[in-house]
Amino acid sequence: MALSQTLRVVASKKLFNINTSLIARHSSIWSNVEMGPPDAILGVTEAFKKDTNPKKMNLGVGAYRDDQGKPFILPTVRKAEKIIFESGLDHEYATIIGTPDFCKASALLAFGDNSSAVQNNLNATVQGISGTGSLRIGGSFFAKWYTKSKDFYIPSPSWGNHTPIFKHSGLNVKSYRYYDPGTCGFDFKGAVEDISKIPEGGVVVLHACAHNPTGVDPKPEQWKEICQVMKDKKLFPFFDMAYQGFASGDINKDAFAVRHFLEQGHQIALCQSYAKNMGLYGERAGAFTIVCGSAEEKERVMSQIKIIIRPMYSNPPIHGARLVSTILNTPDLRSEWLKDVKGMADRIISMRTQLQDNLKKEGSSHNWQHITDQIGMFCFTGLKPDQVERLTKDFSIYLTKDGRISVAGIASSNVAYLAHAIHQVSK
Amino acid sequence: MGPPDAILGVTEAFKKDTNPKKMNLGVGAYRDDQGKPFILPTVRKAEKIIFESGLDHEYATIIGTPDFCKASALLAFGDNSSAVQNNLNATVQGISGTGSLRIGGSFFAKWYTKSKDFYIPSPSWGNHTPIFKHSGLNVKSYRYYDPGTCGFDFKGAVEDISKIPEGGVVVLHACAHNPTGVDPKPEQWKEICQVMKDKKLFPFFDMAYQGFASGDINKDAFAVRHFLEQGHQIALCQSYAKNMGLYGERAGAFTIVCGSAEEKERVMSQIKIIIRPMYSNPPIHGARLVSTILNTPDLRSEWLKDVKGMADRIISMRTQLQDNLKKEGSSHNWQHITDQIGMFCFTGLKPDQVERLTKDFSIYLTKDGRISVAGIASSNVAYLAHAIHQVSK
Repeated sequence: MALSQTLRVVASKKLFNINTSLIARHSSIWSNVEMGPPDAILGVTEAFKKDTNPKKMNLGVGAYRDDQGKPFILPTVRKAEKIIFESGLDHEYATIIGTPDFCKASALLAFGDNSSAVQNNLNATVQGISGTGSLRIGGSFFAKWYTKSKDFYIPSPSWGNHTPIFKHSGLNVKSYRYYDPGTCGFDFKGAVEDISKIPEGGVVVLHACAHNPTGVDPKPEQWKEICQVMKDKKLFPFFDMAYQGFASGDINKDAFAVRHFLEQGHQIALCQSYAKNMGLYGERAGAFTIVCGSAEEKERVMSQIKIIIRPMYSNPPIHGARLVSTILNTPDLRSEWLKDVKGMADRIISMRTQLQDNLKKEGSSHNWQHITDQIGMFCFTGLKPDQVERLTKDFSIYLTKDGRISVAGIASSNVAYLAHAIHQVSK
Repeated sequence: MGPPDAILGVTEAFKKDTNPKKMNLGVGAYRDDQGKPFILPTVRKAEKIIFESGLDHEYATIIGTPDFCKASALLAFGDNSSAVQNNLNATVQGISGTGSLRIGGSFFAKWYTKSKDFYIPSPSWGNHTPIFKHSGLNVKSYRYYDPGTCGFDFKGAVEDISKIPEGGVVVLHACAHNPTGVDPKPEQWKEICQVMKDKKLFPFFDMAYQGFASGDINKDAFAVRHFLEQGHQIALCQSYAKNMGLYGERAGAFTIVCGSAEEKERVMSQIKIIIRPMYSNPPIHGARLVSTILNTPDLRSEWLKDVKGMADRIISMRTQLQDNLKKEGSSHNWQHITDQIGMFCFTGLKPDQVERLTKDFSIYLTKDGRISVAGIASSNVAYLAHAIHQVSK
């Protein structure tokens, strides 16, 4: 067939009515754009969805599931939704920083109802787009205004998204020892050694509770020592608290480190998320706080945080914040919420116990003590990448390559299957 | 201490004023004829549907739900859009218009190798410049508003656009230009489109008012659809803040129209990599409301009436303001009040006159003389005309 005939046939078979020669000319606009790797964590869920094995388990993304493996809508959230729906509120813009009700309630939740920092108006608290958005605001603020250092030290390992968030904010990301693969526990000695060596002014990122991905938390006495070392070395504590209430079941216990550092005189930064402890994942409710030295300083800091937020997204999403605010500021709902969150924490602790027991039953010779020593959403199994691959390929169990499982994704009905599979790949 | 945001700062100042005659003509949020926020009946119905279905609050994907993204693309490009049929549109949910612009700016800064220059109209929305600068781009401008006519400087715009080096990105307000309310006529859009094809420039549309400008979603999307039909591979930012009254719910979308479905996959993968370290995934509630409305035929038809109702009230306020200025005996030509379209009117008032409007009459507007027509009501349009006449006679 002559070339012109071929082209005509091809062109007539094409679906689009756009001038095809123009498309051909312009199709090189994005030819340089490479296919990016799928997000490590969220990519796991995408792969899980495509799997047809009825026994499949999604232990990838850290979202709580009830004992039937279903998303859990907290009863208090449902009640708050009803209140909000029936009040027929409008959808007007919040301010750039969110509503005062939400911000104040968040600060008091983190710092305690009797917080002197809040009473003295020292906290520059803004609504952020859940934890990630709060971290990004924080990173951008520090990159612009924290002149002492551009180095952010994160624990090794840390949540996978910490590094890109801080890098995109314009910071250098370094690390300090944290997880001890030998014990599957906290490398306290290594952490203190590394933190002690950080040059004055360096920023140390601390997971306030329920460390992600390991589930390994410092004990209170260890927190006290880290706090002291950081005071002596004049380092900046930057807390990431995504699991308050969700770790131990007790919001005050989970906030111990944050409150201790404040009491000891540190001016901290704090990122909070309501994704897990209120099950508000997609509503994107979170907060970012900088505790300042005076109310006057707080005003200046607030003004600059606004200037960072405005060209990012102007003002935050209102729905999740309204749910949070309704719950935290209505005494009955607040008490009920504390029970809801304890219920979730208790179920997770129960799954840890059952997983450990089932591994014993399977006859595993490994020491699985860390499963119940660790706390919160995740468990760092200690499995190697090739074992993880086998778990997925042979058993349709989906988890991240670092061996992290979301305990919240385990149910009574499949904990035995999980133990069996883990034993198979690790015996 | 940073300067307060020019636009949002106006509302903060307004709230502190105790004058009962005060008027907030600052931020572009629609108000009904009682000066109250307007909850669209269709939005209320969608809220009921969502509340009663007891949906969970799980994460959307990084890019939002497919229902929302597809509906947004079809709304912009038309239900018979061949770009959408051929899977050429890389469409993601963004945090309303601002968030979509930021995703776009960051994507271009990283992947658009031909140029780092973004040309915005003069004047443009105040937040455009910081958004693009923070994304890592150079912000330049082209002539747009003619203060002599309070209209479109078509000749100046075409001249300036023609001089942009090949590959430059031209930011275009699809309809209801913010802050001036001055839009090109369809024939003028066609010529701009041709010039940009000849000069190989990239059209980057910001459409925050589809439906809200003329009351007709198809008419308001004319420029966007014409550029596509003419073979441009455009970028587009959409917002549902105004046309669905969903301001604080932060529902919007960002689209890049690609040359092939394969290219679209690569582009999508890189957009995700930009979003993840910003905020991980978008807020679901607003998107659910939008998706429910656009994908439920009855609600969609009703919504089109709601949005036309808002546009009609604004057009009516423009007419009344113009009439009242005549009655006041103003000798100025106020034709531009009804020539301009959408939320805003560029009054042509100077900064000192604006200051007097605020100080002497408690009328709040931005320093550039921009008023939000949506903030005018039957009960105060005469007061506004009186005040404008006082500071400008």
